[in-house]
Amino acid sequence: MAIVNNRLSNQQYEANFADIHPPFENITAAQVEANRCLFCYDAPCTKSCPTSINVPKFIKQIATDNIKGSAHTIFTANIMGAGCSKVCPVEKLCEGACVYNLLEEEPIQIARLQRYSTEKAMEKNWQLFQRKAPAGKKVAIVGAGPAGLSCAHILSREGIAVTIYEKENRGGGLMTYGIAAYKVTPQFCEEEVNYILSIGGIEVKYNQELGSTISLDDLRKNYDAVYLGIGVGVARQLDIPGEDLPGVEDAISFIYNIRANGYPAVPVGDKVAVIGMGMTAIDAATQAKRLGAKEVTMVYRRTEAEKPCTQVELDIARLDGCKIIWLAAPKEIKGNGKVEQILCSVMELGEPDASGRRSPVDTGKTFSLEVDMVIKAAGQVPFEELVSGSGLNNNNGRIVAGKNGATNIKGVFAGGDAVNGGKEVVDAVQAGKDGAKAILGFLGLVYEPTT
Amino acid sequence: MADISSNFLGIKSPNPFWLASAPPTDKKYNVLRAFEAGWGGVVWKTLGSQVKNVSSRYSAVDFNGGRVMGFNNIELISDRPLEINLKEIEECVKLFPDRAMVVSLMADNDRKSWHELIKKVEDTGAHGFELNFGCPHGMTERGMGAAVGQDPEIACMVVEWVMEAATIPVITKLTPNVHSVVPTGRSVVKAGTHALSLINTIQSVTGIDLDTLVPNPYVAGKSVFGGYCGPAVKPIALKMLATIAQDELTRTVPISGIGGISTWKDAVEFMLLGASNVQVCTAAMKHGFRIIEDMCEGLNNWMDEKGFKTLDDLIGKSVNTLTHWEELDINYHHIANINQDKCIHCGLCYIACEDTSHQSINLEYGKPYNTYTIKEEECVGCNLCQLICPVEDCITMVEHRVAPEYINWIEWQKRGLPLNDH
Repeated sequence: MAIVNNRLSNQQYEANFADIHPPFENITAAQVEANRCLFCYDAPCTKSCPTSINVPKFIKQIATDNIKGSAHTIFTANIMGAGCSKVCPVEKLCEGACVYNLLEEEPIQIARLQRYSTEKAMEKNWQLFQRKAPAGKKVAIVGAGPAGLSCAHILSREGIAVTIYEKENRGGGLMTYGIAAYKVTPQFCEEEVNYILSIGGIEVKYNQELGSTISLDDLRKNYDAVYLGIGVGVARQLDIPGEDLPGVEDAISFIYNIRANGYPAVPVGDKVAVIGMGMTAIDAATQAKRLGAKEVTMVYRRTEAEKPCTQVELDIARLDGCKIIWLAAPKEIKGNGKVEQILCSVMELGEPDASGRRSPVDTGKTFSLEVDMVIKAAGQVPFEELVSGSGLNNNNGRIVAGKNGATNIKGVFAGGDAVNGGKEVVDAVQAGKDGAKAILGFLGLVYEPTT
Repeated sequence: MADISSNFLGIKSPNPFWLASAPPTDKKYNVLRAFEAGWGGVVWKTLGSQVKNVSSRYSAVDFNGGRVMGFNNIELISDRPLEINLKEIEECVKLFPDRAMVVSLMADNDRKSWHELIKKVEDTGAHGFELNFGCPHGMTERGMGAAVGQDPEIACMVVEWVMEAATIPVITKLTPNVHSVVPTGRSVVKAGTHALSLINTIQSVTGIDLDTLVPNPYVAGKSVFGGYCGPAVKPIALKMLATIAQDELTRTVPISGIGGISTWKDAVEFMLLGASNVQVCTAAMKHGFRIIEDMCEGLNNWMDEKGFKTLDDLIGKSVNTLTHWEELDINYHHIANINQDKCIHCGLCYIACEDTSHQSINLEYGKPYNTYTIKEEECVGCNLCQLICPVEDCITMVEHRVAPEYINWIEWQKRGLPLNDH
């Protein structure tokens, strides 16, 4: 048993990481699906989208051959509409609310249709928005992730000069670095960022980290307003013995390595245990399997009924051959200089906790798994030190902001994972929109959506 | 099993489904394939003057992703040599003696031409004629086709010529490109035609290519009005059929129904409004001759369910239910009802009623699903919501009579009852 990279041939990597949701091949295929759409009024799909994309309208526009209009409808509400069409857990958002579900029929393939229009727009480089005349204001945004880019795009449309400070050398945030590669490719992420920036008026300074190369105080001095879309980044510790052994890795860095360095470069064990059952845990488990791990076992302390991932995601893991052990919590990682075994407590469900889910309770029984790699995906924690050190009101590192993103510091706004603790890309995009509107108000400008 | 065999003017066929005079009945090869597939009869594509066709010939109207809701052609009558057609007709009659073989005719506009053509065709053993007074393009410019059908006097004259020579049944096909089909219908019945058929195609422009800006079908940068048919024209055909089935003179002869018939249901509707049999073209052109199987089986099953033993039991059954507006019962009232168990909350009924009708549906906000209910006191019973609702039997129209007795508009006025009450 060993943790090694380069387990597969290039063809195998390519096959394993091929697009899991293939696009419509052509307009006819898209229109067959578009014509299924009932064009609901006050549509449940739109209401279930955090960015309130006018779904029936953009689908109708595909049906009428108005693809440009369709893309405009999507991007007006969600400038990352292309990426969201690939990474959104639509089964619990728009598609989950589609009225066809109530007929026990397959919902409209909203994401796939959205992908059709938005990819066409990117491919043709349609410029669907025009910047207003310069407003004579400049805003700094920290983080070129979904929240920051969404905020930047609206501000730029309104004539603001925007500078984004990004700690990585590429934009896109978790879209680029934190999501399974079979959902979005690094190349797509780069193209999406470039397309968003093509409106102009947004300068991105890469390799600039808040608290290191830049400070909030300087930004406040040099700009009329600041928006913080710094996300969350630190993997939650398991706080169990053996956590420091070589072979224990957190899912965030595991996925980051895949996204940043390419498939052959990333080492993976023969037998891998993944701790957790959220979306990131699934992305880590499936990708470990797809990198060539012989056996991947997901360990979760509650039952399937309480799983934080969606059924669709769980099905991907199962179809990839990942084993799943419910009601098991890691107790100790054992090994002589490297991971050899993980000892787990057998749990049972007790009383509901604050989230309304029944809490796992240790039964006192244990079992152990022979593994050579453990991937921790038990959630992420915010950049507490950085946030507290900047004088921002926070809740264990989560920035406290009003609904419009305003923080306790005048002229400083925040949104996305840094505020909500870690939600979907689409939630961050909406937060960026809300923040942009609040910033415009703060600057004494009225937000009038451009067409 | 019901008996779906048909007897039209003594022309017998195992079922009431004939292929209309058109490209599918242009030659022996197609007709034999149609008979093998099970079609009851054919009306052979129109014989007559020599013509030359152009390319292209067809165009269509698609709707909401469905192809060929309406179909349009600028093709002329048969462009094959007459002698070949006659020889092939004779061969088809011999090979399938149990099927109807009717031949469509459009001779030059003189008695001699008609008489010669009739004689030649009768020699083939064909069972009847259909006079093409309907073709709306190409032939009209030469005083034929619709040019005849649009003028009751000319139509009368031609039918008289035909009746002088014909010894087999004669059907006259009417053009819909008129204010009313009844005047020509009456005229040709008076002239002695044994039966009527309708409708022929409707003059149309199906659409314009938004790149070239030339309407279709495209012929070297130009287009012309074509003849429209297919499912889109069915309601118009049914209305015209009903006027012929209700007129006291035209209803004395059998009618062959034509116009957008694609399924057994369409066929039943034509027969209920007085057609003794039906003719099909566009549906076969879209799907091939195999559609005849379901047409026969569906008709048979429906007749069994309804207890109709023969076609005569149902032909014309609905003719008398079409009345005049002033005879409708004003005291009849029905109100929409939404079955909440079936409702999928699409809101289509609401927005249609709110924007374009009587604001009779209440929206109670919900996330993500709104609840929609009928404001009964506001509902005029127009059916719009029911027509739009995508779920079968979710919205029903429930009878709420205003008063028990029948009262029509004439009586309403006589009694001076109130108007504009809604």
